Amino acid sequence: MGEDTDATPTLNHRGFLPDHNYVTEADIISTVEFNHTGELLATGDKGGRVVIFQREPEGKTEPFSQGEYNVYSTFQSHEPEFDYLKSLEIEEKINKIRWLPQQNAAQFLLSTNDKTIKLWKVSERDKRPEGYNLKDEEGRIKDISTVTSLQVPVLMPMDLMVEVSPRRVFANAHTYHVNSISVNSDFETYMSADDLRINLWHLDITDRSFNIVDIKPTNMEDLTEVITAAEFHPHHCNLFVYSSSKGTLRLCDMREAALCDKHSKLFEEPEDPSARSFFSEIISSVSDVKFSHSGRYLLTRDYLTAKVWDLNMESKPLETYQVHDYLRSKLCSLYENDCIFDKFECAWNGSDSVIMTGAYNNFFRMFDRNTKRDVTLEASRESSKPRAVLKPRRVCAAGGKRRKDDISVDSLDFTKKILHTAWHPTENIIAIAATNNLYIFQDKLNSELH
Amino acid sequence: MKAAAAEGGGPCRADGDDSLYPIAVLIDELRNEDVQPPLESLATVEETVVRDKAVESLRKISQEHSPVDLEVHFEPLVKRLASGDWFTSRTSACGLFSVCYPRVSSTVKAEIRQHFRTLCSDDTPMVRRAAASKLGEFAKVLELDYIKSDIISLFTALASDEQDSVRLLAVEACVSIATLLPQEDLETLVMPTLRQAAEDKSWRVRYMVADKFSELQKAVGPEITKNDLVPAFQNLLKDCEAEVRAAAANKVKEFCENLPEDNREQIIMTHILPCVKELVSDTNQHVKSALASVIMGLSTILGKDNTIEHLLPLFLAQLKDECPEVRLNIISNLDCVNEVIGIRQLSQSLLPAIVELAEDAKWRVRLAIIEYMPLLAGQLGVEFFDEKLNTLCMAWLIDHVYAIREAATCNLMKLVEKFGAEWAQNTIVPKVLGMANDPNYLHRMTTLFCINALSEACGQDITTKQMLPVVLKMSNDQVANVRFNVAKSLQKIGPVLDSNALQAEVKPVLEKLATDTDMDVKYFAQEAISATRAVFALHAAAPSPPVLDANFEKQMEQQAVCFH
Repeated sequence: MGEDTDATPTLNHRGFLPDHNYVTEADIISTVEFNHTGELLATGDKGGRVVIFQREPEGKTEPFSQGEYNVYSTFQSHEPEFDYLKSLEIEEKINKIRWLPQQNAAQFLLSTNDKTIKLWKVSERDKRPEGYNLKDEEGRIKDISTVTSLQVPVLMPMDLMVEVSPRRVFANAHTYHVNSISVNSDFETYMSADDLRINLWHLDITDRSFNIVDIKPTNMEDLTEVITAAEFHPHHCNLFVYSSSKGTLRLCDMREAALCDKHSKLFEEPEDPSARSFFSEIISSVSDVKFSHSGRYLLTRDYLTAKVWDLNMESKPLETYQVHDYLRSKLCSLYENDCIFDKFECAWNGSDSVIMTGAYNNFFRMFDRNTKRDVTLEASRESSKPRAVLKPRRVCAAGGKRRKDDISVDSLDFTKKILHTAWHPTENIIAIAATNNLYIFQDKLNSELH
Repeated sequence: MKAAAAEGGGPCRADGDDSLYPIAVLIDELRNEDVQPPLESLATVEETVVRDKAVESLRKISQEHSPVDLEVHFEPLVKRLASGDWFTSRTSACGLFSVCYPRVSSTVKAEIRQHFRTLCSDDTPMVRRAAASKLGEFAKVLELDYIKSDIISLFTALASDEQDSVRLLAVEACVSIATLLPQEDLETLVMPTLRQAAEDKSWRVRYMVADKFSELQKAVGPEITKNDLVPAFQNLLKDCEAEVRAAAANKVKEFCENLPEDNREQIIMTHILPCVKELVSDTNQHVKSALASVIMGLSTILGKDNTIEHLLPLFLAQLKDECPEVRLNIISNLDCVNEVIGIRQLSQSLLPAIVELAEDAKWRVRLAIIEYMPLLAGQLGVEFFDEKLNTLCMAWLIDHVYAIREAATCNLMKLVEKFGAEWAQNTIVPKVLGMANDPNYLHRMTTLFCINALSEACGQDITTKQMLPVVLKMSNDQVANVRFNVAKSLQKIGPVLDSNALQAEVKPVLEKLATDTDMDVKYFAQEAISATRAVFALHAAAPSPPVLDANFEKQMEQQAVCFH
């Protein structure tokens, strides 16, 4: 699986100076998301911009341009704002992007920063009306005296132009920072979750939303856990799950009550008393939760592991995968440089047989649930030339046997973290965000999912 | 064609589809079958308002077609939309079936029925929702046999859809379908689905049932109501979700009213009243509030004895509820009870409740009770009012919140309209005029605003003899705000005064104010002078007593805005 992966990195669509390791803060990618067919890939960055890539259709003359992703559109989604009442800056960083299922020729996506969610329409224009009576070709008003006859404007073909326009702005509904958005399978509503509350919106209605979960305690001093991620079930319109900083998952049924403060199922792994440490609670915080495509399983990521849960079993996860257990002895220094609070995302492949998540040093890991094999790969310029095959990497724990090309734990670069990853919905194509670079890898030999 | 009206019509601007909305309206005026193609593409855009308007226009056009043209031009369009790739076109198609069905041939009718069937089981929830919402309308134009053979199976399928949003739309369709079928078929064809909906796992579906309960009751008829709907209603009143209970509580009066007369009282006493009693102490305030807005209506249905024995304790309990909205809702519906048992029974508890609301810490609660005051005064009668409520009304005039003072002034005006000028002269006017000496300038201004509001209702006599002197005296007030409001008042009450008063007393004062040191006082004095000049002119022209033309008075009133 991993050994045959072909690398086709997309380079340098952002200001990256090759000589220096200088990265503009605004260019750091903060979210990556494929649309439902995988034809489009959207990325959001800290500067509030969204860049959409489109896959070239297969069957073009050059064999190597098959299925490459090229920039389709770039737009500024959010601007920095200032909350006057609280004297706080509202960052323009895009926290999440979610695509809507396609309803007509145009594409729609939701993008959110800390406070405001926006619905964007992405459409193509390939025709332009020409032959106006009152305006000339450049748009200047004609001198009426020169107009001697009337003509009917006609639509003429033009170069393809991609237009992006904001269709809805859903604002003023969140006191805390929005961390997740998720579209319901009814294609009519979506939810937005912040640290303490989850709101349900209708896509057509911007002045009102319903609060469906509220875990704010009456006395803020009693606050012990926050919501870290939330997602709707892919098929059942009434089910959604949210994860907490205490490592629990709650499945809620919107049919039972208008306010879903009481969960229907609580997924929690009992703590192993022998492994208890000062950092146990921090590293148990779930940073991402994803339903499998089948809707049967949940994938969660906490600091050191990725876990697969069966919806029918609340007592413990079905499978636990160690992402970078060699960090367990380094938790103290990771706490000091704040890396212990990094929020890694996770992803399923289209057939739910492989899961993927990021790590440090620009490494990312994939685990095959059936064969139980796993691989560590690196997303960096040095290690991936275009169309070269990626070489698996290995991290040797401190004091372990060191092979050639291994990296020791102490030489890991903790500033190079892969937090955001996405997997094409049907094919073996993955998108990896490494700080301000986006890498797209394809498995050419094994395009069919197994 | 009103080309100029196409405000969003510039196709050069990439303004988004909102600019298409006026065009859809425009095309509606043309009514030409050549207009169908643009409407067809407008019916596929993602913006719901545009699609809806395009569908509306197409529906209108279909009425203009002859049956032949319907088959040749219109039905193919509907077919194309119904088989479109994008779900937006398929949702629009759902709205067009019912308008073309009645007048086409039977082969085409079969095609249309087939299309509708396909859309009811479409992959996307949006299309199924559109189909479900048009199910009732489509059923109305179908022949009875087809309703039984086609519509019922579609209805049951949609009512068991996995998407909540589809199932709840089927509830609405249930009402239309039940009205179309003969009674004997309802039990087998409709009731199983309705029972299922009333016990649906999703509270939103149960909420819809509660919301449509009166319509359902009418549609299924008295027998089924007695056997099925009464227990269903009981369950909804006891539902675990507060939203459902509130929706059901809202329907209590209507449901009871529409029960068949022969056993109405028995059903209510045995089945409904116990649930209602529970709701009075519900944990959720919205439920209690919804109940409070309708519970009084039960007294007319149950009659005097039952009301005194069973309902009165409930009214009193709600009158003491901790939630102000509940108390307000009771108070606003007293007229029903008045008819049946007379207000005196309640007045003992009523008064403390009113006083508490009138002094509530939240000004919006105080505002609400003021707004009910004229109604209450009318129901309770002038003696009760004078005895107990007069002081309240006066106290509101000096409330800290301006909105309350303003509402209180308006309230006085309505009371004077109800009770008459003589009552005003004896009870209100002295107190209002007394405020003119208050050390607080805001209270002195309130006097002026009251005079503005009351002058007309009180009449020329009272205005000239009692109010005018007070107003004129205040022209020497220390505070400029008071002085310029004097000018405004004089302008406002001018039309009510006689020309002698205007000439001898008002004019000099206004002229003095026009030379005031304060800019605003000068301005408003000038305004008043020009306005009264017009009144003078009219007086001069008509030697008969100065009864002004009603329109002119209205104009004067509009010019003189009493509240600054």
